[in-house]
Amino acid sequence: MENITFKLDGRICTAEKGLNLIEAAKQNGIFIPTLCHFKHLNPLGSCRVCTVNLNGRSVAGCTIQVQEGMDIEVNTIELLDTRKAILEMMFVEGNHFCPSCEKSGDCQMQNLGYETGIRFTRFPHLFVDRLVDARPERIVINQNRCIKCKRCIEEVKTADGYNVFSFTERGNSTKVSIDYKQEAKLSEIEAERAMQICPTGSILVKGKTFSKPFGDRQFDLGPEGKLFSLDKIKKHRTKNKKKRIATTSLAGCFGCHMSMLDIDLGLLDLLEVVEFNKSPLTDLKNFTEHCDIGLIEGGCCNTNNIEVLREFRKHCDILVSVGECAIWGGLPAIRNTFPLEECLREAYLESMTSEEGATIIPNHEDIPKILNKVYSNHEVVKIDYHIPGCPPNANHIWNVVKHILFEEEYSIAYPEFKYD
Amino acid sequence: MERIHLLNKLWEYQHQFGYISKKAISEISILLNVSAIEIESVISFYHFFQKNPTGKHTIYLSNNIISELKGFAEVKTAFEKETGCTFNELGNEEFSLFETSCIGLNDQSPAALINFQPFADLTPKKVSLIIQKIRNGENVINFASKVKSKIHFIPTNNKAVIFKPYEIGTSIKEGLKYTPQQIIDKISKSKLLGCGGAFFEVGYKWQSCKNNEADAKYIICNADEGEPGTFKDRALLQHLPGLVIEGMILAGYATGAREGIFYLRAEYQFLLKELEQQIKQFHDKNLLGKNIQEIEGFNFEIRIQLGGGSYVCGAASALIESLEGRRGEPPVRTWSATKYGFKNKPTVVNNVETLAYASRIIELGEDFFLTIGTPKSPGTKLISISGDVAKPGIYEIEYGTTIGDLLSIEMSQATSPYLVQVSGPSGECLNTTEFNRKICKEDILCGGSFMVFNRNRDILQILRNFMEFFKEESCGVCTPCRAGNFILTEKVKKIQRGLCTQEDLDEIQQWGNIIKLSSRCGLGKASPNALIMATEKFKDYFNVKIAPNNGNQNVEFDMENAIYEFDSLIKDTQL
Repeated sequence: MENITFKLDGRICTAEKGLNLIEAAKQNGIFIPTLCHFKHLNPLGSCRVCTVNLNGRSVAGCTIQVQEGMDIEVNTIELLDTRKAILEMMFVEGNHFCPSCEKSGDCQMQNLGYETGIRFTRFPHLFVDRLVDARPERIVINQNRCIKCKRCIEEVKTADGYNVFSFTERGNSTKVSIDYKQEAKLSEIEAERAMQICPTGSILVKGKTFSKPFGDRQFDLGPEGKLFSLDKIKKHRTKNKKKRIATTSLAGCFGCHMSMLDIDLGLLDLLEVVEFNKSPLTDLKNFTEHCDIGLIEGGCCNTNNIEVLREFRKHCDILVSVGECAIWGGLPAIRNTFPLEECLREAYLESMTSEEGATIIPNHEDIPKILNKVYSNHEVVKIDYHIPGCPPNANHIWNVVKHILFEEEYSIAYPEFKYD
Repeated sequence: MERIHLLNKLWEYQHQFGYISKKAISEISILLNVSAIEIESVISFYHFFQKNPTGKHTIYLSNNIISELKGFAEVKTAFEKETGCTFNELGNEEFSLFETSCIGLNDQSPAALINFQPFADLTPKKVSLIIQKIRNGENVINFASKVKSKIHFIPTNNKAVIFKPYEIGTSIKEGLKYTPQQIIDKISKSKLLGCGGAFFEVGYKWQSCKNNEADAKYIICNADEGEPGTFKDRALLQHLPGLVIEGMILAGYATGAREGIFYLRAEYQFLLKELEQQIKQFHDKNLLGKNIQEIEGFNFEIRIQLGGGSYVCGAASALIESLEGRRGEPPVRTWSATKYGFKNKPTVVNNVETLAYASRIIELGEDFFLTIGTPKSPGTKLISISGDVAKPGIYEIEYGTTIGDLLSIEMSQATSPYLVQVSGPSGECLNTTEFNRKICKEDILCGGSFMVFNRNRDILQILRNFMEFFKEESCGVCTPCRAGNFILTEKVKKIQRGLCTQEDLDEIQQWGNIIKLSSRCGLGKASPNALIMATEKFKDYFNVKIAPNNGNQNVEFDMENAIYEFDSLIKDTQL
């Protein structure tokens, strides 16, 4: 086999002629992230996460076969941002509720989210109602999580050569559909393989989902020693001797507050240098002083949430969204794919526990009004920083706070940066 | 059955039953020996294939932007009122109503296809008459509109190329005096550019197909004119179909291909009969078939393939996928079509207009052609003008004509033009300072669509129409195009609601560029063009839209809209 040389980010590399760029780069120690590329499969070029510059033109890396003299850029600022943006598009296009997903921790898309350091998406979430289809024999297809990478379409075939999956519809309604008749022919092992090649949690095999406990999952620990630097966050300087912190939980579950307490005795050290103002921890209902930092748990699902959030914006220099709900709605936002009317009917009029003939949806001028959907906090006020996780790790929360308020530099360890 | 006949098979069912049933899908899948979902996947890709029963009359009303500005809403309401059906639902036994993107009748909009027969210049009154006639049992074929577009302009001083007297067979007879290589040399010398929108050199394409040895080669005429606002191919097929067929035959002669395929967009199937008759005439005159004009071994056949309704199939690579009976997804390309095209054989895909020019060049000589136009783009170009002009229709213009000329009193007679969209939504938008720009390779090229909007038109409405179009017509394979155009559409809607900040405009630029950089095919790479350009070129318009900064760090948030649903629900359920 003939070896050729080519340039990757200015570095001279060698590989077998005609080898796929993703593999060739890997052999030369350069990682090009991709979701649709899968070993021997024909280049699919569908996810576009691997977009690189080839001789100045942008192309999907997985569609390149390396040739002598190629000049390829992988990690320019523009490309890194494009890659991140494409992943963000995937997150907003589907309904990726990591905390409630069976594949969480083993999900390649989620892992790339960590790799590229996505804390929140620049795009607003689209919240399209998508089908969860459990009719097939062994497989459950969850369209909420599908990124249309085409891996399953190309790879999963029955023993007698029929396709099991195929795209249907087009445009923004394109989805992967399953052929029930062909699916029934799959053996347990074949079905499990389909689940494995899916880079997200879109293909699941009934009874085989929660196989690994937390901590043992593929991407739980990540590359050893990898840190997420916080050097991009602006420091906040005040003259206050003791820094003031306010916290609140909007449409959240208080889980993030529980997590804040998880530094155990560290809390005592913290209290030496900070004091809490309005917060469930102090039970102060109103701001008594202007604060340096406000930690917001939960998103906005009713008018009161909006008021509280605006009040926080007014009284705090820095606002931090803590946890998935604050960042993009999180679990309460599951309702965003349904009309409000359907949700309220289900809750008050047609549920199993509602009284027969109930016609009243609770409302009173003193009760906050329910918004048409759950909003993320940065759709309502300016948010200075986002801490992902459900809940975020305690160290993650306090390291960010300490980084902002004090002189020292802090960073986040890989296992502390999670969406679940 | 071969897979390449799948689209025809689907049309058989669609025409006969008005939809393609589950049973039909399973029958076809057995014939082709593939899983049923694969057939369903093809059906659901194409706009005109229905999976559920439709009424005896299917009505497709064009929702393109010109139509929207010329009374689409009233016509739509009239259709709903007269038929008792709702748009984009299944309808009743008699009628089904659907919206569709541009049907190539922009000079006569609003227009609709009823059982694929054209009905143009619609008004509520006209709609009521049409429905009345249908209810009286009249066949739509008998009272469909005559939609032959007017040719408003032909260059003077003997500079016309296309719209000249035509006699069947002239170009072929002239062409057969030369060897195939000489034909290609003539075309190359003429610097003819593809007229579909990509402006690829035609001579180069033919040469490379000729050079690639193979046991079969194909000439494909791309009559999938999907770019909103263009209708010059349709007009050409109505005025001079012979010229196009001769171009195909000459291309076959030059490259060594023996089979031509006419890929006709589904919207134009009312032209089918005429085209078939034309082809028959060519056969009768020994211009098609075996040993054409007594040249031993020069055989050429043409068949017509009907598309299924998909914009992206206008791109050569997607068109080939579609011809092969698959979804029209532009594939990852490692080879050009002139090497591995249709059925993996060397294939030339040329636009309708390109082929017409090719035959004229052979007929009139490349030297004549080179005397017209500009150095880099000799000859003339067909432009379809629509919108706020007094004379919408077809214009054959010499390359080098300015935008201003096109809008002038001598030509289209535009009324206070404000925004001109050249080459359709994927092209460029121009403001009034650019009307001195010339249509030619040296300045700005025009694929055929030329839409004029006056001062009273709302730019956001135009942009939203364009974005909705791309959102719907994206093939759905790659993330940036599928999700990105959806996201941008939502952005435009947000600005329309009055929630616009400078940040939103900046984000349109940034996000649009990401889509352009990373999309898989030309559709995605061009889709944000109009939006990006409009925000740059119409700063005055957008500056007024930006909400005044309220001085604090609250983001624009529409509380009224957020609680509207709850309030109205409470109002409805209480008391």
